[in-house]
Amino acid sequence: MSRPTRIATEAQQGYTFSRRAWLLGAAQIGVGTVLAGRMSWLAIAENEHYKLLSESNRINMTLIPPRRGWLVDRHGHAIADNRTDFRVDLIPDRVVDKDRTLAALRELLALTDEDMLRISEDLKQAAGFQPVKVAENVGWERFAAVQVRQPELPGVAPTRGFARHYPAGAAVAHLTGYVGSASAEQYKETKNPLLVTPGFKLGKDGLEKTLEDELRGKPGAKRIEVTARGKLVAELSTRPDQPGQTQRLTIDAGLQEYAARRLGTNSGSAVVFDCLTGEMLCMVSMPAYDPNSFSDGISHLEWKMLSADDHVPLMNKVTQGLYPPGSTVKPMNGLALLEAGVDPNERVFCGGALRVGTGVFHCHKRRGHGAIDLRGAIAQSCDIYFYEMVRRLGYDRIAPVAKAVGLGEKYDLPFATQRYGTVPDSAWKERKYKTKWTVADSLNASIGQGYVLANPMQLAVMAMRIGSGKLLQPSLLMDKVARNAPPLPFSEDNLRIVREGMWQVVNGGGTGGASRLYLPGIELAAKTGTAQVRRITMAERRSGVLNNAQLPFKLRDHALFICFAPADNPRYAAGIVLEHNGHTVRNLDTPMIGRDIMTYLFDKEKALKALAQVEPTWGGDIRTRMAAQEAAYRAATEAPAPAQAAATETDAPAPTRAPAVEQATDASNAAQEATVSDIANGAGPASVGTTEPSDTQ
Amino acid sequence: MSGFSIVPAPVARLPWRMLLLVIGIATFGLVILYSAAGGNVRPWALSQGIRFFVFLAGALVISRLPENFWRQVALPGYALFVLLLFAVELLGAVRGGSQRWLDLGFIRLQPSELMKPMIVLACARFYEMLPPNETRRFGGIWPPALLIGLPAGLVMLQPDLGTALMITAGGLTVMFLAGVPLRLFVGGALALAVAAPLAVNFLLHDYQRNRVLIFMDPESDPLGTGYHISQSKIAIGSGGISGKGFLNGTQSHLDYLPEGHTDFVFATMAEEWGVLGGLFIIIGYLMVIRWGVNVGVQAQSRFAKLTAAGLATTIFFYVAINLAMVMGLAPVVGIPLPLVSFGGSAQMTVFLCLGILMSIDRDNRREKNW
Repeated sequence: MSRPTRIATEAQQGYTFSRRAWLLGAAQIGVGTVLAGRMSWLAIAENEHYKLLSESNRINMTLIPPRRGWLVDRHGHAIADNRTDFRVDLIPDRVVDKDRTLAALRELLALTDEDMLRISEDLKQAAGFQPVKVAENVGWERFAAVQVRQPELPGVAPTRGFARHYPAGAAVAHLTGYVGSASAEQYKETKNPLLVTPGFKLGKDGLEKTLEDELRGKPGAKRIEVTARGKLVAELSTRPDQPGQTQRLTIDAGLQEYAARRLGTNSGSAVVFDCLTGEMLCMVSMPAYDPNSFSDGISHLEWKMLSADDHVPLMNKVTQGLYPPGSTVKPMNGLALLEAGVDPNERVFCGGALRVGTGVFHCHKRRGHGAIDLRGAIAQSCDIYFYEMVRRLGYDRIAPVAKAVGLGEKYDLPFATQRYGTVPDSAWKERKYKTKWTVADSLNASIGQGYVLANPMQLAVMAMRIGSGKLLQPSLLMDKVARNAPPLPFSEDNLRIVREGMWQVVNGGGTGGASRLYLPGIELAAKTGTAQVRRITMAERRSGVLNNAQLPFKLRDHALFICFAPADNPRYAAGIVLEHNGHTVRNLDTPMIGRDIMTYLFDKEKALKALAQVEPTWGGDIRTRMAAQEAAYRAATEAPAPAQAAATETDAPAPTRAPAVEQATDASNAAQEATVSDIANGAGPASVGTTEPSDTQ
Repeated sequence: MSGFSIVPAPVARLPWRMLLLVIGIATFGLVILYSAAGGNVRPWALSQGIRFFVFLAGALVISRLPENFWRQVALPGYALFVLLLFAVELLGAVRGGSQRWLDLGFIRLQPSELMKPMIVLACARFYEMLPPNETRRFGGIWPPALLIGLPAGLVMLQPDLGTALMITAGGLTVMFLAGVPLRLFVGGALALAVAAPLAVNFLLHDYQRNRVLIFMDPESDPLGTGYHISQSKIAIGSGGISGKGFLNGTQSHLDYLPEGHTDFVFATMAEEWGVLGGLFIIIGYLMVIRWGVNVGVQAQSRFAKLTAAGLATTIFFYVAINLAMVMGLAPVVGIPLPLVSFGGSAQMTVFLCLGILMSIDRDNRREKNW
């Protein structure tokens, strides 16, 4: 290939051309082969991959929210079910004239300015085929009106969906909780597209929240073909939803509603257990919000009203209310004394007061009970007997028994939050306050005051365990009932003596005579209790202790009650706590409420008849009273037209998480803590005041 | 390969094998355009079909012209189109923005398009006039380099990278066939490998540079320019061996594939006809191109040899660059698939090439027969 010497001739040129043309042809075939190979690689080897990409381009899924599993009671009656919900959505892609459509919808559905603003915001962000919510829980009339005009309003989709429904309303609020649209954070966490599907609701509180996984079900899907610009081309197959599992509770829906009504205007709670199995038959905390309206999204006004209410309707008092159990611990004390070897027939003289060190501890009966034995002390709720006996033995002998019967215990129940209170002893105080346990601490604890705090469920468990003599575990889900509970580690004789004392409370001239059952052959065993939430000064004591009725609501005593029946062979046990009840109205006080709830279990008709007589005097049933309260509140706050009230529907914060609820719960527990710190300063209610009303019986 | 002429008539003397292939490819193209319009002859298939017959007739008319006509027209024609390129550039400067065509009233003439065959004619004519012993010398290299560089540069200014590349490639092909030393091509390729990254960085327009960069990594820009390549690969890949069936392509019908009737028509085809349809087009074109190269091999004059092989290779560049582009092997440079893509310019160029090839073929046979 030496340049200068090589001289091309025409012949050589022809030869070069042929060779190079052949080379060129070969190269062209080579390139052609590469292209064919590349195409085959894409279309054959990678076919599956690209097919998938092509399909995911083409097909979009619109989820159909699954029907939520029902919550049913022990007999199969619905506690939470799904009712047909008429809703109207807008499919942006099919809308022809947006302004005209929105104007028509506004008129047809009576939408507010806020609604319109939300809809146009949603429309801006929505992909073309993804439905945008216009209104849910639409009345049949309006829904029908939209349906009639649907042909001239393309893009408007009136759909029948399902919405959560709680037939008993507020009566089950704190049991079931409620449902609501997923929050933005929840969606960000999981990126689950179901969470932002219109009409989908998830559990926000109570069982709805803790059983979310079981109740949710699997969404159905509508597959649609769309163009690159999101335009809907065709609807393909639809996969039906798979409803969530029905959850059967141990609750008796009838009893639950009855107890809720029977609590009347009280701020209180009632828990009933089956003494054979530990099944929870009712769990009521009243007043409560209406979970139906909560699930639809509540108004600001309603929310404000609920959080301002001093009866704390947003708080589940059963698991989160902590109260000094007061005299309801006395049967448990008695059991502990017997277990420690105290002779049940030994008498202690009650002269109305006991001097310990520098302090004077009073009995609720100022004149004293005279010489009194253990059964009598339970029946009469004599403070001095227990002061004296616990002073001798020390509270450290009592605390283990308190724990054994269920105080201070956290149960395995499907609730997100349980406040389980305190059973104090010397080691606990050493740990918590770095101070020595004093005799005064023992005496305060012996009458269920001082450091002792319990929630209403624990009180009911205590009644159940003492009544049955078994270490029953409370249960709420039918498939989690723990049968074959072992016996309590106490002598059956001692338990019998305590039960006799509790029988006397009702039937032997004790403090709970008002709770006597008017049922042939069935007797109630019970214990009353009063928990003071304020100090009574020596000055007040001298001039006469103020009557509870004279005090503002927040300063009145709590009323407590535990019971079981039949007394000779316990079948049911209950615990009732009424906040700031003050024993002011007889038919709203614990003994009569306890009596009626227990009566319901044996004779429904009789119990309902009794309720029918008194309920009208409280202003009607729960719904009537709630409606009246809301109307009054609305009038008082001069709500600026329902427009404001109906705004900001969807994002009502979850009550248990909301600060307002925390505050409500804390505030109501703050009273207890205040007394606790008083006690820590050596001025316990026992040393200065009474714990038992002298007017009950 | 010219067939034996059994019937002694001008019709029988036509290269029927090639023509049938071309008609086959173009008809397949019409079927694809019919599908791309959602099963409608409008707006594309009908006008494309009419144009096809007009251009085919034109090519047959041109094929009657003697080889010598092309020899005479080569250099003046080249000069004319360079002037037109200048005109376009000036008009573009006046009107603002990039302009590629001249509006002559009855037709929009795109001079850069016709420059593709013209550069082949001009270079072939140059080497015919060049004394054989000059071919390997500097004197045989710089004039064609200038012939190529001038129009390529003007087209580059429009800016139209794809066409500039094709003009350059067409000219270089003729230089290669004429016998310019191989080491220059090897050296040039090496130099290009070094210079290309620099050119990408400094010479190209932003949108061109983007296309090149995105070609390297289409997924980096799934919604912008890379979207074209990604969607095209999905269309081809999802077609499988025999495709989704006529009128069943979802990528094209649901608008996921952009330019599905023009530059990316091959992807539209591949989705519905699969690898089998693709092989038909690739093999069909290779046979047409092979026929063209063979016309060159059998031609007597140096001009005819270089022209025929050069024009055949020009058609090859169209097809190869377009297919490489839609399969994600080359950047998106806007080269259509002739006879199949909707649009007149490329079709006209290809039929001009085929017409000249047929006219050379005719001369070849006449000489053989005589």
